[in-house]
Amino acid sequence: MKKKNQITRTNRYILIGLSVFCAFMMVLSSFSDKAAGPFRILANVTVVPLQQGINHVGGWLGDLKDNFATLQQLQEENDRLKEQVDALTTENNYLLEESYEYERLQELYELDQNYAEYEKTAAHVIGRDSGNWFNTFTIDKGSLDGIEADMNVLAGSGLAGIVTEVGPTWSKVRSIIDDSTNVSGMVLSTSDTCIISGDLSLMSTGQIAFDQMENNDNVVAVGDQIVTSYISDKYLQGILIGSVSEINVDSNNLTRSGYITPAVDFRNIQEVLVIKTTKAELTGENDAGE
Amino acid sequence: MKSIKIRRIVVTAVILLAAYLLQTAVFPSLEIAGVKPNFMLIVTASFGFMRGPREGMIVGFISGLLIDIQSGDMIGFYALIYLIAGYVNGVFEQIYFDEDIKLPLLLITGTDLLYGMSVYFLTFLLRSDFNFPYYFNRIIIPETIYTIAITLIAYPLLLYVNRRLEEEEKRSASRFV
Repeated sequence: MKKKNQITRTNRYILIGLSVFCAFMMVLSSFSDKAAGPFRILANVTVVPLQQGINHVGGWLGDLKDNFATLQQLQEENDRLKEQVDALTTENNYLLEESYEYERLQELYELDQNYAEYEKTAAHVIGRDSGNWFNTFTIDKGSLDGIEADMNVLAGSGLAGIVTEVGPTWSKVRSIIDDSTNVSGMVLSTSDTCIISGDLSLMSTGQIAFDQMENNDNVVAVGDQIVTSYISDKYLQGILIGSVSEINVDSNNLTRSGYITPAVDFRNIQEVLVIKTTKAELTGENDAGE
Repeated sequence: MKSIKIRRIVVTAVILLAAYLLQTAVFPSLEIAGVKPNFMLIVTASFGFMRGPREGMIVGFISGLLIDIQSGDMIGFYALIYLIAGYVNGVFEQIYFDEDIKLPLLLITGTDLLYGMSVYFLTFLLRSDFNFPYYFNRIIIPETIYTIAITLIAYPLLLYVNRRLEEEEKRSASRFV
């Protein structure tokens, strides 16, 4: 009996000791990023390489799950998509024509391009957030490939997120639908700015919310494209975020708010593009910003 | 005697690593209704009630730390939650015996519910997000149900491994007597 009490007491000491350690690490890491350093180095050599391998298995299982969708559904979708392809091909030809004309005219007038072509690098998504509460993911490129924190991450044509942490061979990306993300955006057609914030309660509907758009005479309609604005100090200007799916005038009559359907399908991100230019570099605020 | 101890440590480490890899790389593509099961919590709780508070704590602490490294903003946050989960489940070792699957299911369900609530209270409520019913219905409950489903598959496996190890420990102990 005495021995048993002894064991219980030691267990309690271990519990208290480890809890204090956790609390200490929490305080430390909220003050400085460096506290996490040793753990991340440990993760680099042990877990991340394994993750890169096992991720293929995950992708394969995911495909298997998707295959449960019935054949009929797929056929219907196929027919519909074929029609769409026809329509888009026609449209594409038309647009290409326009684009050639545009290029010609541009050469003619020696117009500068609006945004320089940013240098990009492709990366694979190798790990997702383990819980259901936040939306971050890990990619398989890091500081050795020239990735830095605050670089913008694209998936397909749209903005997917921003690099928050970098290791030698991996980096962590916080997506724009994460509950703690805010992006300054603007309507492409009218240049009205707004704040786009991720929201966990909207994640299942596949939408993100925006607010604080000035309620002026500019007409913003459903379907208008929203891009990153010129105000943001982290996001490069003019990256597509999504299109307006709902817009309402707020009760104060001064601002408008609503919802955006993102251009990126966040459920199935597999490859991303990282823009290797940060806004800070572009504006030369590197020293002043810190 | 010593080699058996080392074997247990190695087996535990392998289980933890496998659980972590499943959790971060495989389950995200098996999401149902936008949630994934919490496999790390199953492992932590199982080690708790199968092996007692101390191993529960250590397993919980390490799995929490792994999660912190992967996704947390703060190192130590999930480590603390999992640490406590491991300890509390360890307390139930005294009334646990391995033929019965009801207690493990009940414990894992309770742990997952409490886990979801503590994450909500510690992160979302502190940002003054009061929409608890929504998160409860949308995330905590589905996650728990999915986790129970995975428990039905994973728990017998963990039990089998544990039983094999315990048999061997007993055998080597009796050999030395």
